[in-house]
Amino acid sequence: MKNKENQMKLYLPSLSINESVARSAVAVFVAQLNPTIEEISDIKCAVSEAVTNSIVHGYKFCQGEIYIGVKYYSDRTVVIEIKDKGCGIEDVKLAMTPLFTTDTTGERSGMGFAVMQTFMDNLEVYSKKDKGVRIVMEKKLK
Amino acid sequence: MNTESLVVSCENGILKARVLGDIDHHCAKPIREKIDDYIFKYKPDLVLLDLSLVEFMDSSGLGLILGRFNTANEIGADFKIYSPSRGVRKILELAGIERLIKIEGELRG
Repeated sequence: MKNKENQMKLYLPSLSINESVARSAVAVFVAQLNPTIEEISDIKCAVSEAVTNSIVHGYKFCQGEIYIGVKYYSDRTVVIEIKDKGCGIEDVKLAMTPLFTTDTTGERSGMGFAVMQTFMDNLEVYSKKDKGVRIVMEKKLK
Repeated sequence: MNTESLVVSCENGILKARVLGDIDHHCAKPIREKIDDYIFKYKPDLVLLDLSLVEFMDSSGLGLILGRFNTANEIGADFKIYSPSRGVRKILELAGIERLIKIEGELRG
């Protein structure tokens, strides 16, 4: 990835209104690299999914803080880290299965991780029950 | 309810629901509630979800679409999606929505 060129750190309370704040802020930061419309759209969507997961699942029972870190490197790799201190995921592999959701309202599609995986080049999810979730995703821009 | 996020009209058995702006988890709830209310009120033959003014949608939109598709089915109405942007189409394709729901309108950037 060569040298780190720039970075942004953002902390937001887990309010659903901040889903658009998070993805827009990341989009503005990444815009420095002159990404294509598709690249920026992919990144916004992946960030939206991760932040929504923290709000809907991680902080289901209490409000908390979400960390959003973005870095880019001289080879145009963008690395996005999203962390919460919520209830965590017991079985990460199961949670990442397309269409799997713990939601019972029938309004969540279970496609959040699938979107992150498809729209980014690399996705890593670290979590333990009651220990929050840390997501690191990468995308190399053209 | 943010009345600016949705414009609904019903004419000749066609319920047209045009979403204005982004579709994410935060704004999906008022949109879906309003569309469902209209579907039950007007009992249309066709529900047309117009996405021509939606620039951003995440997987919350998939839940919204599938949920309204089910509501339409409940009353025996057809359901179609109109004019999604390229970005929105990408997520619809990822979820295989087009196998279930007809997508109309020109491909736009």
